Amino acid sequence: MTASVDTERTITVTVNGVRREATVPVRRLLSDALRHDLGLTGTHVGCEHGVCGACTVIVDGAPMRSCLMLAVQVDGAEVRTVEGLAHEDHQGGQVLHPVQEAFRECHALQCGFCTPGFLMTIAAGLESRDPDAELTEDEVDEMVGGNLCRCTGYANIKKAVRHAADAMKDGAR
Amino acid sequence: MKPAPFRYADPGSLDEALAVLVAEGDGAKVLAGGQSLLPLLSMRLAAPSTLVDINRVPGLSAVDVSADGVRVGALVRHNTLLHDEAAAGVQPLLGRATANVAHPAIRNRGTTVGSIAHADPSGEMTSVLALTGGSVTVATPSGVDTVDWQDFFVGPLETSVHGPAVVTSAFFPALPARSGTAFEEVARRKGDYAVCGAGVVVTLDADRKVERALASYVSVGLTPEVHDLTDAVVGAPVEKADWAAAGELARTLVDPDTDIHASADYRRLLVGVLTERTLAAAAAEAAGRVS
Repeated sequence: MTASVDTERTITVTVNGVRREATVPVRRLLSDALRHDLGLTGTHVGCEHGVCGACTVIVDGAPMRSCLMLAVQVDGAEVRTVEGLAHEDHQGGQVLHPVQEAFRECHALQCGFCTPGFLMTIAAGLESRDPDAELTEDEVDEMVGGNLCRCTGYANIKKAVRHAADAMKDGAR
Repeated sequence: MKPAPFRYADPGSLDEALAVLVAEGDGAKVLAGGQSLLPLLSMRLAAPSTLVDINRVPGLSAVDVSADGVRVGALVRHNTLLHDEAAAGVQPLLGRATANVAHPAIRNRGTTVGSIAHADPSGEMTSVLALTGGSVTVATPSGVDTVDWQDFFVGPLETSVHGPAVVTSAFFPALPARSGTAFEEVARRKGDYAVCGAGVVVTLDADRKVERALASYVSVGLTPEVHDLTDAVVGAPVEKADWAAAGELARTLVDPDTDIHASADYRRLLVGVLTERTLAAAAAEAAGRVS
């Protein structure tokens, strides 16, 4: 069997629990596909070469840079973006994810451009750890170290990580 | 920033991948994790005619640990290797070095073998391949070759592999008996490319005297090199070895470059400091293994 060599492909991807289909040029970055082809503009595009972390999304459970993946590479995968963090309550309102709640509580954002990337990286980091284990300074640094923020100076973002970790320890999700 | 147009294939077997590489010719490039390749495409520093994505090729995702060493398949992500305790038991430098590779989001996607094939002198795993005396396996349409690290790295971002070929694995030999290791970097920000990094292996004899001290550096020189620092410390009891002298020796052996991140002199200074520090740590670890 020979592999097909293409310039355009139709992909099926589950984004925030919803099956989506898109026909994209093979050179389309995942970050651009989310924004332009799927209309999910919550994922922000900053440096476009993997340095700033603003475009971080969760692919099959692990945080990754959506600017360093091609859209065709997530065919069949499950992607979570910032739009998928909050969930609806019974009255049709929105319940924020503990990390979003912590960002609001701790004033961990100013202009907000970098925020989606931080939220996804931190959400993935906190969801994948034992919520009852003590959160170390190294763990916090590791969770925020790959994302750039030019407003806050990081102190409040780190405070929010601890705040969210405490909330998740108490079972909030 | 968008990559220039290219053609794309994601073959389902190694044979298919090689067939596409042959058919597409010189402009074809293998894509694994893409954490180095995609920035090059977006910045249009590279414009391959075809990307051959090997992520669907079976059999490339294993970390095989034996008493002889650790074989890492081409699709093993840095993060997998970082948390592989069996691999760290045989060759502790693997976990220690991958902890210094970028950030979690990059490590989740980027592959260890891909970063070796990328041959960036600021890559951690190229230095570890050299320091451990490792090799890579290269599949071509005519068969599979093993290429020792000395014959693999040709220059910055350049290896001896040309034409239709896929680097399918890297082999890192086991840590020798009575030995310890250490790996440390100085970077401007956590997870950034190192201004200078050092990996070392110290081996003691049965009387806890220094038998051998080897070092390899990151972001120093054009290709990975292994420097033998044994002469500065050979025969010294492990508690009394003059690691500073070994650091001095290292400074005379390296030939770092000046770039926008640091001057050559500063890098040479860091080589001395990191060598002294890592050798002491590695020796202490080795001493714990000599009964």
